Amino acid sequence: MAEPVLLAQGLFKRFGGLVATDNLSLDVWPGELHALIGPNGAGKTTLIGLLTGEIRPDTGRILFLGQDVSRLSVAARARRGLVRSFQIVQLLDDDTAEANVALAVQTHAGHSFRFWRRAGSDPALLDPARALLRQVGLGQARWDTRVGDLSHGERKVLELAMALAASPRLLLLDEPMAGLGTAESLAMTETLRALKGRIPMLVIEHDMEAVFSLADRITVLVYGRAIASGSAAAIRADPAVQEAYLAEETG
Amino acid sequence: MLERVVLVVLLLGAILLPFGAEAVGLPATTGIATQIVCLAIAAASLNLLIGHGGLVSFGHAAYFGLGAYVVGILWEHFRLGEPLLGFIPGSNQLLVTLPLAMLVAGLAAAAIGALSLRTSGVQFIMITLAFAQMVFFLFVGLQQYGGDDGLVVRRRNLVPGLDLRDAMQMYWLCLGLLVAWLLVLARIVGSRFGRVLEGVRQNERRMAAIGVSTYAYKLVAFILSGVGCGLAGALMANYLRFVSPEMMSWQRSGELMVMVILGGVGTALGPVLGAAGLVGLEYTLGGLTEHWQFFLGPILLAVVLYARGGLMGLLGYGRRHG
Amino acid sequence: MSVLLAEQLLNGVQLGVMLFLLAAGLTLVFGIMGVINLAHGSLYMIGAYGAAVTAQATGSWWLALVAGLSAAALVGMAMELVVLRRLYARDHLDQVLATFGLILFFNQGITMLVGRQPLFVELPAALTGAVELVPGVPYPAYRLLIIAVGLAVAAGLYVLIQHTRIGMLVRAGATHRDMVRALGIDIRQLYTLVFGLGALLAGLAGLMAGPIYNVQVGMGEQILILTFVVVVIGGIGSVRGALFGALLVGITDTMLRGFVPGLLRSVMEASAADALGASLSSMGVYVLMAAVLLVRPRGLFPAHA
Repeated sequence: MAEPVLLAQGLFKRFGGLVATDNLSLDVWPGELHALIGPNGAGKTTLIGLLTGEIRPDTGRILFLGQDVSRLSVAARARRGLVRSFQIVQLLDDDTAEANVALAVQTHAGHSFRFWRRAGSDPALLDPARALLRQVGLGQARWDTRVGDLSHGERKVLELAMALAASPRLLLLDEPMAGLGTAESLAMTETLRALKGRIPMLVIEHDMEAVFSLADRITVLVYGRAIASGSAAAIRADPAVQEAYLAEETG
Repeated sequence: MLERVVLVVLLLGAILLPFGAEAVGLPATTGIATQIVCLAIAAASLNLLIGHGGLVSFGHAAYFGLGAYVVGILWEHFRLGEPLLGFIPGSNQLLVTLPLAMLVAGLAAAAIGALSLRTSGVQFIMITLAFAQMVFFLFVGLQQYGGDDGLVVRRRNLVPGLDLRDAMQMYWLCLGLLVAWLLVLARIVGSRFGRVLEGVRQNERRMAAIGVSTYAYKLVAFILSGVGCGLAGALMANYLRFVSPEMMSWQRSGELMVMVILGGVGTALGPVLGAAGLVGLEYTLGGLTEHWQFFLGPILLAVVLYARGGLMGLLGYGRRHG
Repeated sequence: MSVLLAEQLLNGVQLGVMLFLLAAGLTLVFGIMGVINLAHGSLYMIGAYGAAVTAQATGSWWLALVAGLSAAALVGMAMELVVLRRLYARDHLDQVLATFGLILFFNQGITMLVGRQPLFVELPAALTGAVELVPGVPYPAYRLLIIAVGLAVAAGLYVLIQHTRIGMLVRAGATHRDMVRALGIDIRQLYTLVFGLGALLAGLAGLMAGPIYNVQVGMGEQILILTFVVVVIGGIGSVRGALFGALLVGITDTMLRGFVPGLLRSVMEASAADALGASLSSMGVYVLMAAVLLVRPRGLFPAHA
């Protein structure tokens, strides 16, 4: 296939005196799992903001499925299939897990200016929602639990289900493993592996084990620049990457 | 099941209230109950916006007052026999004035909401308050309709089959409309639209991330709550047979919010309890001292600080909070 | 006409600086603590009553000044300690409701203490004259004094916020609450201090308003709503925005009141023109606010752009 799903060109973003994104270009190809790593303060969060539309770049443009989405709102990009998950989970804490996913399903089943029929018992929403909860591996006993009462691991899993429910054509996953225990991380890795190939993904992650086992390609971000991009083996061997990470680990 | 029984009993009690009031020799109670019912319609409408959309409007007395003025102005033109603006005939028919009151309030809510919803948070509170104040000043200046002093509606509107001059019939009409409006609101809250609105309240960032442009949903909720307040105001104008700018003053907007909180934010029956509670408090304290507001203020403060979930919360039906 | 225009312009500036004194406190308190305080207008009223009652009882203007300022500042700090402190972590709805309760309490409290009759405050003899600032345009000395005090406060606030340690904490506290806390600074004390400052300014506005407007229960809410318009136009949290917004609103409001009824009189009968004119001019600032919002939803000078 000749065209990347996502193509960011020459992104530049400055906050006051701080350059958070420095002439960054990036692409994700169909079927690819592209991982983005970098030490703290490398500008990963800013980059996600730029790609989703929460932050406007000073210069540069973003093509999604061949179309320029640089000027579209967060919601408009999401409707086209540019869907993200949050590092710090963003859920409707007063509702159940099932109701959360059902709402995400609903927003992709046409407009929601429907005022009469009960949404809470609509199989057109509940069936796909339950299928997604099964897919991400949230135990059925927890579906009816208020989301605010779920464990951190369960909330991270639910966060992924929300993104999947929004009919993604590209998933931007912001640290899907953050704060997970070993077993939970492994389960998440397997969930992502099962998705891999079907939905292209751009994954920001600190868990190097997961990154190196999942990614087709890895890009390393330091001070808002991409200093290296390539296969897991190439990245491991790259001296610039070693230097950036060693500075972080020992400094 | 038990809850259904309780609801039916409550409804029966509300229907039979005027007879009880007569029996114990307090017929004025029916009038107070009518006011409570009208205010409950307005508070329930505001609760859709505040309790389910998280949109704190401090200006909903404006729509209440506009609904009331539709009744008053149409009566005035009916009385004088002069059409409004030269082509809209006056009316004393409830089946005309009520829908028109809702329409006018809805249109005003659409215009004010469209502007106010460009902001959020504390700016939204200030702006809704300011726009309501603007509507207030407009009516203060309309000398033709009494300006500051307001308008007297000498006779309640006519409805086929009912005689609204009878206090009981007036009460039952308002009660019927309250029950109908609560049912409509409950359906809306449970619908797909209601789910989106609930999402806006809980986490607007999440809603954008799953592709929802929230503005239009918030605006529709704003208009719906304005329409409900217009209905409530039109009924109140009929009950009081009087309208004045004071009905849309900022204190009235504040009281509507107090009812929502006092009863229990985001609950179906909370606004009704809140309206009853506030009006009841005003009458009780007012009977004890001329300076009842001096005591009402700290009571409100205590409710906010110590009784989260309001009266419904105390009864064990508050919204679940983390 | 031009004399009238100059006079109205000065009146507008005078209203503007009064609004600024209120808006500065309101916007600082909101910007730093995230609290919307409806009872800010009550502090204005308390300042006015404190001064008016003291002036009537003692006949001393200096005592009145001290009484008005300290009443507002003390009540303000007590309000922060007893009530608002518990509301920082709450949502805006709770804050609005609680401070609405405070308004009822203060308004009725003043009625109980002083009565419902408005108080009239006479000016000290030294300030009753007029000054010809521009030749041919005599202008009341007292109003000029208000303008001067307001501008001096604006300058003082600028220096305080930009060039002092407290100002640094205020600026940092608005954006990095946790960082300030991590530096070991008692943020509670800072909050009480800022709140006291806001209350002091509101009280100052109130006591200066006494001789011009009536001192009466409800005066606080009238001006509070105008202050909200100022804050929305200026941009929440921005003192600079509060100053520009206040002058804009003050001048617009005064000009409309000064000239709209006259213009209407040329097309309609006098009493109706006056009533309609007054109401249209009252609406003017809200139309201005709507216009600003259409172009800049976050106000003219958004604090954290």
